[in-house]
Parts: sequence; C-alpha cells; structure tokens
Amino acid sequence: METEQLIRTLAADNAHRARPVGFVLAFGLLAAAPISLVMFFSELGVRPDVMTAMHNPFFDLKFVVTLAMAISAIAVSLHLSRPEVSLKGWWWLLLIPAGILGAGIASEMMLPQRLPMMARLIGSNSRVCMTAIPLMSLPLLAGALIGLRQGAPARPAVAGAVAGFLSAGLAATLYASHCTDDSPLFVATWYTIATALVVAVGALAGSKVLRL
Amino acid sequence: MRETEDEWTSLMRLAMSGDSAAYHRLLKAVTPVLRAGARRGLARAGQPVDQSEDVVQDILLAVHLKRHTWDANAPFAPWLFAIARNKLIDSLRRRGRRVFVNIDDFAETIPDEPVAETASASEIAAQLQSLPPRQRDVLQSIAVESASIKDTAAKFAMSEGAVRVALHRALSSLTAKLREQ
Repeated sequence: METEQLIRTLAADNAHRARPVGFVLAFGLLAAAPISLVMFFSELGVRPDVMTAMHNPFFDLKFVVTLAMAISAIAVSLHLSRPEVSLKGWWWLLLIPAGILGAGIASEMMLPQRLPMMARLIGSNSRVCMTAIPLMSLPLLAGALIGLRQGAPARPAVAGAVAGFLSAGLAATLYASHCTDDSPLFVATWYTIATALVVAVGALAGSKVLRL
Repeated sequence: MRETEDEWTSLMRLAMSGDSAAYHRLLKAVTPVLRAGARRGLARAGQPVDQSEDVVQDILLAVHLKRHTWDANAPFAPWLFAIARNKLIDSLRRRGRRVFVNIDDFAETIPDEPVAETASASEIAAQLQSLPPRQRDVLQSIAVESASIKDTAAKFAMSEGAVRVALHRALSSLTAKLREQ
C-alpha cells in the first residue's frame, strides 16, 4: 500500500475517539475486583476481632501503607501511559509507602512490646501472606494491564512492573484485614516479598502485552 | 525547526478537535521526517533502507491509534518521535536485530534529503488479505479507490456509522497483526 493511501485512510478515521487511559484502567480494575473479592471472602475473610483491632494504630497503618502503594502506582501508571515521558520526577511516589512503613517501624521500636522483635517480624501468617497477596493480585493485575494497553508506554516492562505495584497494593489491602500480624516489621518483610513477586510477574507480562 | 514543531502542534490540536483536513496535512508533513529517521536507523543497524516505508507506515498506524495519549498542552514533536523510536526499535527486533542503544535517529524535524511524495510498502498490503472481507472491502474502498465514507457506505449498502466502525476495526487489527508477525 502506498503511504499516501494510508494517510488518507487514517484521516478518514479521524472522527473515531479512543477512551482515555484512566477510564479504561478504572473499568479493568472494577471488572477484576469481584474475582479478587470472591477469592478473599471464600478463603480468608475479615479477621473476627476486627472491631477491636481497629483501635490499634498498627492495624490501621497497614491500610495506609497498602493504599498509598496502590494510589501512587495508579498515578505513576497513568503518567507512564504517555510515550514521551519517563519515571524521572515520578519514581519517588512509589517510595511513599516505604517511607510510611519506615516511620511505623520507628514508632513501634519506641513503644513497649509484648513480643521480641524477631517474633513480631516472623509473625504467624507469613506463608498465607506470601500466597494470598500474589494470588489475589493476579485478576487485578490482568485488569490493570488491560486498562494500560490503552496507553502507549515507552518501556512496557516498567509500566507492567508499576501495574504489579498497583495490583499488589489493592490485594494487600484486602489481605491486611484478614491478617492478625500488625507489626510494621511483619509488613515490611512479608508484604514486601509478596509485592516483589507480583511486580516481577507484572514486568514480564507488561513486556509482552503493553507494546505499542 | 521551532516553527515546524509549533505548526505540527497546532495542526494536531485542530485534528484532535475533529478537523480531518488538518490531520491529513499533519500526517503528510511528518511523513518525510519519519522516513528520513527510519532510513538513518535502518542504515545504522545494517538493514536495507528500502524497508523504511514499512517502518514509516507502522509508525503512522501507531500514531493514529495512540493519539489520545498525546497531551494537547504539550508539544507534538517529542510525543511523535517517542512513538517513532519505539516502532523503529520494534521493527529492528522483529528482523532479529538486537538494539542496545537509545536511538537518536528521530530527533529533528527536518528531512535530511529530498524524498519522494509517497512510497509503497508491502507489509500492510500482505496483512490486508487476512482481514475479514467486510473490513477489507471498506479499507480498500477508502485507501485504494479513495472513496469517501459516504460513497463507501452507498457502494456496500451499509450505514455510514457501520463503515466508520469497520474502518476503525480494520486499522486496529492491521496494527495488531503487524505487531505479532
């Protein structure tokens, strides 16, 4: 085909308007959320003492950390859906949850604790945590990737990794309401390992499906 | 160069607000620049430059399908060159060339040599055959026979809306096929 013919054809299709990336991302996540919710309520469920736990600031802190991760990853994903930009000036957003967690660890250190540090770090749910967060992330990761396909990221693997952060943040928010380990040391160890797994899967999947 | 960039940006703004003539002018204006960049890139990778037209058409399709990711408050050239670089790297990879460096072939808005008004490439033409018949008919009517949407609708006894949908689907699936080949 001649390029002139292609150009004429593209101009004829100018009336077509694609939906904004944010819209399709929201749609993908909303479509995936019920699957993760069913997984959560059928296998785990909210911890029975949740009403008392809510008065523990370290229980609440878990949600601040996981939601901060999900929200900053959403912002970075939308930014990266433009081809001419990079992570420059934006990567620090992804460090916000780590910063909050660091502050949490520091304040826990200053308070008297019933359990020694290693016991709090190891906790009693590490295996469930490392399985449940990645598994509940998968539908959300798929939804996020479907949404981000609407964009044009210059580096698909990086965009996929950020989608991994996003879905791990949302899945960890669910999981945090089940888990009885509230120490920021537990969160910093096991949630981080679980997130790293999802980020790796996201990067791999992104490099395949987020190409222009 | 500055002036060219500003002109592209204003044409693209018009295009995004629905002005198809401005869009046509813009695509015609950027094509020689894309062609020059594609030739430079292919030459540096040791590939025959006669494949440049396939790269150009690949870039134009991506520009078209991803133009909603352009921010109308930002200049158009950096966005265009980012898409172009991406597609060039992609097509070099498809030809089995590993690309290690950040390619700077698309950086200026001046074509480096006088080039033909238009040129032909084979990849899209080859993929045309694999489209569903209706989409192929519509695309050929508009591209090859330069019929308008209205005339195409009359010719195939379709509504204009159905022609538009078929046209857009044809362009999307062509892009997907080129990506996967």
